[in-house]
Amino acid sequence: MIFDLAIQNAQMLLVLLLAPLLTGFVRKVKARLLRRRGPPLLQPYRDLLRLLRKEVVLAENASWLFRVSPYLIFATTWVAASLVPTFGTGLLFSWSADLIAIIALLGTARFFLVLAGMDVGTSFGGIGASREAMIATLAEPAMMMIVFTIALLAGSTQLSSLAGFMLSSGVGLRVSAGLALVALVMVGIAENARIPIDNPATHLELTMVHEAMVLEYSGRHLALIELAAALKLLLYMSLIACMFFPWGLAPPDARTGAQLQGFAAYLIKLAAGGFLLGLFETMVAKMRIFRISEFLGAALMLGLLGMLLLFVSRSL
Amino acid sequence: MSLASWALVMAHHRDEDNVRAGYVYIVMASFGTLTLLLAFGLLAGPDGNYAFDAMRLQSRSPQWAGILLGLVLLGTGSKAGLVPLHVWLPLAHPAAPSHVSALMSGVMTKVAVYGFIRIVFDLLGPPAWWWGVPVLAAGGGTAVIGILYALMQTDLKRVLAYSTIENIGLIFVGLGLALAFDAAGLRTAGALALTAALFHVLNHMLFKSILFFGAGAVLTATGERQMDRLGGLIHHMPVTSFIFLVACAAISALPPLNGFVSEWLVFQAILLSPQLPHWGLKLLVPAVGALIALSAALAAACFARAFGVVFLGRARSSAAKRAREVDRWSLSAMAVLAGLCVIAGIVPGFVIDGIGPVVEAVTGARMPAQDSIKWLSIVPVAESRSSYNGLLVFMFIAASASLAAYFIHRLASHASRRAPAWDCGFPDPSPATQYTAASFAQPIQQVFGTFVFRAREHVDMPAPGELRPARIDIEMHDPAWEFVYTPVAAAVSFVSGRLDHLQFLTIRRYLSIVFGALVFLLVVLALWP
Repeated sequence: MIFDLAIQNAQMLLVLLLAPLLTGFVRKVKARLLRRRGPPLLQPYRDLLRLLRKEVVLAENASWLFRVSPYLIFATTWVAASLVPTFGTGLLFSWSADLIAIIALLGTARFFLVLAGMDVGTSFGGIGASREAMIATLAEPAMMMIVFTIALLAGSTQLSSLAGFMLSSGVGLRVSAGLALVALVMVGIAENARIPIDNPATHLELTMVHEAMVLEYSGRHLALIELAAALKLLLYMSLIACMFFPWGLAPPDARTGAQLQGFAAYLIKLAAGGFLLGLFETMVAKMRIFRISEFLGAALMLGLLGMLLLFVSRSL
Repeated sequence: MSLASWALVMAHHRDEDNVRAGYVYIVMASFGTLTLLLAFGLLAGPDGNYAFDAMRLQSRSPQWAGILLGLVLLGTGSKAGLVPLHVWLPLAHPAAPSHVSALMSGVMTKVAVYGFIRIVFDLLGPPAWWWGVPVLAAGGGTAVIGILYALMQTDLKRVLAYSTIENIGLIFVGLGLALAFDAAGLRTAGALALTAALFHVLNHMLFKSILFFGAGAVLTATGERQMDRLGGLIHHMPVTSFIFLVACAAISALPPLNGFVSEWLVFQAILLSPQLPHWGLKLLVPAVGALIALSAALAAACFARAFGVVFLGRARSSAAKRAREVDRWSLSAMAVLAGLCVIAGIVPGFVIDGIGPVVEAVTGARMPAQDSIKWLSIVPVAESRSSYNGLLVFMFIAASASLAAYFIHRLASHASRRAPAWDCGFPDPSPATQYTAASFAQPIQQVFGTFVFRAREHVDMPAPGELRPARIDIEMHDPAWEFVYTPVAAAVSFVSGRLDHLQFLTIRRYLSIVFGALVFLLVVLALWP
């Protein structure tokens, strides 16, 4: 019990500490692929500290919701990220929220982000909020189809049991799982506001979505929102890793050695994921906003196809 | 009930729109009553015994049971607001005074749900496997179309009325699942689905009442229902806006509030669908799951829009600028309901246990008792499968938020100052430059509306140098009116136009018609096997 609690707490701290590093790593990879030197790996930490030291400039008609939202967005994202298995499946509170609840927690964070974008009453806040709402309406059904496919495969929506099932030899190579993986990567790209859906580095007004919503934020509020965004990226990477590449995950009752081994495997998976994301982002161009429905519609179709295949293969 | 509420709809009867709302309402209510009366007539059978016990004992052929199911679905669906029988609801609910709208949306539509459960689950006998199909299809379609309608509205109370339709759809999905599981003999799965539906009935009653009360408070404070003439109310009505926000989050199915729990239970029931023996259902149920996920995401967008446009931003009219908080009694009524929303979300196990006896009486099984599970989690089937703990999630969020706040206030800079909005360097003092309800929904209208409502945008852009303003007009078609009601109305008016000739005949002709009808009926009786 004490050991499990320690694992859970370690996981909470780990995601918090690793998230900016992952963001920095992706930026570094992208810069190197463009033959630039790029910012140092630790730059996101420095950015956060700098933001924390700065004063907050609030817009004149910002309400209490504008000041509370960053804390709520950060807290819900952090809770969601600490419930996804990273290095071991023995999370003490894993049963308190299953995969559907974790996705819904991210939905809560997004709800408040959209409201915060509308709070000051500027045109850019509104444009970001309305586009984010549109992307969410497309991404969420696709995500739910993926969850259905995985849950029907494993007979559970509980992430620990899911990872345990995937780790056991009973799965094999499944077409439907492969389709779900592709769909999940597409949804993850959309949810994390990466290219080709949105560009995290842009400040070109008419193309931004996420950045437009947080345009009025500054100082410690902005630090929290940036950290939450980094956590969300880490969460999606951990989700993909624990559901589709669970190798090296420490089982629930493992001792310290296995946990450390799981940790090393996790770092390798993150590095691979970050590298692939950076590579993908340098290879594609950002798409027009109304092409997003086709992109996410394809993810939805893949999810649906995966599930139908599962039914067909079950009955044979 | 229909007549009394008709009088309430007509409370402000001098308004042209309200008269039309009252007319459509009374026509649809009569139609619903007609089908239900027919259904009860068939249920009672040839003996004409209208006691429930006698109806249960009747044996019916599958065809008659199917016809009965169709009649009941039409009757209760028209009273609850299933698409395409919903047209009266968004007219009638906003027309009534706000507290009456809360009653109509929150409670009266649920009476239809009760009627459906009573007749189909209790009186109609053992279900056939396909009974769930029309219910599921109607529910899933209603959920998505209802919330899409809601997103296209700019009248706050109409948004709420259309969202009622969406929630009714979700409830009927739960009922359809319960029917399908029951027919397949999967009692516990059926109990789970019925619990989800009844839980959502309770939830919708709670948050929709708050939302209508809140809309009433806004109406009292500003005299406005048009969202595009409101804005910035969070500064003038802080308590109302906080409670409204809680209800918006709850209806958008966000954890740790109550709307999420019932949605989660529906998803858990959907995940049991591979156990169903029939292929049609196996494929239909996951598709309905996708529809439910879509409607949940659209609901979150819809209520972010409603709250954002009405309460956030800058005031778009002088009435919104002068708004004052409403009186204490109205606030406490909303606050009590909001408290119940939070409690039902945090300790859903108690609600599930409370629903348990009802579910057991209807389906003969119930979900496992939740009060013995550690730490007040809820477990639909087995813990290794899925579990959810609203209390812990709530505590985690509260703890991490306060942890973050604590560390930031210890370590980070406290300095803050007020300045004009940044807006990327182009702030415009006019509140008209904000996003409006219509512009917020435009991307969604572009993606879904072009298909469902055949929405077209007509942009009139003057040539450079011309002084007239640019205009954008959005053309939308209501599929329910165009494909169902207009043809029906045209047919009725055609037939009545023909029958008009029979109205001014001589007494001889009337007598011969009566005589002919008598002979015809006697012949029919004589030939009836």
